[in-house]
Amino acid sequence: MDARQDMKQGAAKRHRLSTRIWHWLNACVATILLMSGLMIFNAHPQLYWGDFGSREDYAWLQIDDTRTTGFVRIGNTSVETTGVLGLSLDAKENVRRVAFPGWATIPTGYDLAAARRWHFAFAWFFAFGLTAFMLISLVNGHIRKDLHVRRAEWSPRALWRAIKNHAQLRFGDDNGLSHYNILQKFSYIGVIFLLLPLLILTGITMSPAMNAAWPWLLDIFGGRQSARSLHFIAAALLTLFVIVHLIMVLLSGPINGIRSMVTGRHVTKSKPEAAGDLA
Amino acid sequence: MTDGRKLLRRRELLRGATLGSGALILGGCDAMNENATFRSALRGAERLNQLTHRSLADRATLAPEFALSDISPIFKTNGSLTGTSTEYLAHLQTNFANWRLRIDGMVANPMDIGLDGLRAMPARTQITRHDCVEGWSAIAQWQGTPLRLLLQQAQLSPRAKYIVFHCADNYGARPYYESIDLIDAFHPQTILAWGMNGETLPVKYGAPVRLRVERQLGYKQAKYVMRIEATDDLSKFHGGKGGYWEDVGDYEWYAGI
Repeated sequence: MDARQDMKQGAAKRHRLSTRIWHWLNACVATILLMSGLMIFNAHPQLYWGDFGSREDYAWLQIDDTRTTGFVRIGNTSVETTGVLGLSLDAKENVRRVAFPGWATIPTGYDLAAARRWHFAFAWFFAFGLTAFMLISLVNGHIRKDLHVRRAEWSPRALWRAIKNHAQLRFGDDNGLSHYNILQKFSYIGVIFLLLPLLILTGITMSPAMNAAWPWLLDIFGGRQSARSLHFIAAALLTLFVIVHLIMVLLSGPINGIRSMVTGRHVTKSKPEAAGDLA
Repeated sequence: MTDGRKLLRRRELLRGATLGSGALILGGCDAMNENATFRSALRGAERLNQLTHRSLADRATLAPEFALSDISPIFKTNGSLTGTSTEYLAHLQTNFANWRLRIDGMVANPMDIGLDGLRAMPARTQITRHDCVEGWSAIAQWQGTPLRLLLQQAQLSPRAKYIVFHCADNYGARPYYESIDLIDAFHPQTILAWGMNGETLPVKYGAPVRLRVERQLGYKQAKYVMRIEATDDLSKFHGGKGGYWEDVGDYEWYAGI
């Protein structure tokens, strides 16, 4: 009833309360985890595959410095990144030989103990927030009604149309069945059901105490150092998702988008998709 | 027009708010990091993590063990590379022939035991992974005397809560030490290792004996152990936090993550 009345006034209910609360809580928590995680990475800026890996072994990824330049090496390919990665200046113009610069880490200065404390405290909100969101979304129909990919959407023609629409910066509801288009569904499902659980599970796999309790995690991810690599890759993919997500919010009408994630109401009167915001 | 202007103003406001909150996150986190109340709240999570680990695993649940083929070609050395006390350096000259491990504190039968005595006791051999707090790992085979056998011989007092390991190395200006609770002290894989990868434990890895407590991080694996002391209170040792890195670097006493 409510939603229908809103429609008449040009505003529709879009996001459920549980979705909105989790979205903002998780945005804050994930930011803290990313930034404290980058500080933890700075303590040993190399990644390996398998059970073990140290300065004595081959690292597939290294972010380091030659004292005068910063670089990122992936496999045999090295790229100079002086100023940002490996070697950078801090706010007082001092040279810092760290993988990720101070503006990207919590805390700003090198402090492994503090970063670990932040990371392992906020990880609880991350894990239980996601679990609660998944359970509530299962019960209130968010997964079934909004995220569930319907048979018609799987058709190559519909997919192609969605991609074309995105390329032409025309976003929104192309199927009339849900608030999300197929590309949104794919990325949200990928993040909620793959990336975030992967981050949590690979994180747990790095704990020696949890290795004793749940040794099967090591079997799944192929060893502690593989889990560490996957944790880093998943964090990079999540960061990429957030960047694309923010660009999409800006392109599709940021005010309407942010309002709907705060108040739950989405203005639908102007089509195509709040052109006014695009200017 | 007016609509557009209003929108523009709102957009600027929004942009300002976004940039402002970004700066707030950065500056705010550093400020929070210095805040005593916030720090103690984060410390609460450390206890929660320990409690969770203890409840998810039985007290005797073993850390994963590996095959001979999994051993790291080169086991990275770190921390002190030799003991530094005069007493230790004298023992090093005589290949630890007169070295004695002291076991005292809250025990009914304080004792001294040499390397031969330790080797004569039932030993445990295990191939395990060593995880540094920094993030790297190395695998080695360790051979040594289960700590619980020594504590039983020394007749540990029922009032004891912790086992403190006093070491022969000064790291920086301060002596290295570590401590564990009784769950880890009586864990089957907790050994005083005198052998590594089939040989006598080399000096750079902690000779004559080092602690292996396999469900915790590297800084718990004290090298150059000279004395084992049972206690019910960690606050009376050195910085009071139960270990060198706990005192100096503010690392967690419970190092299961």
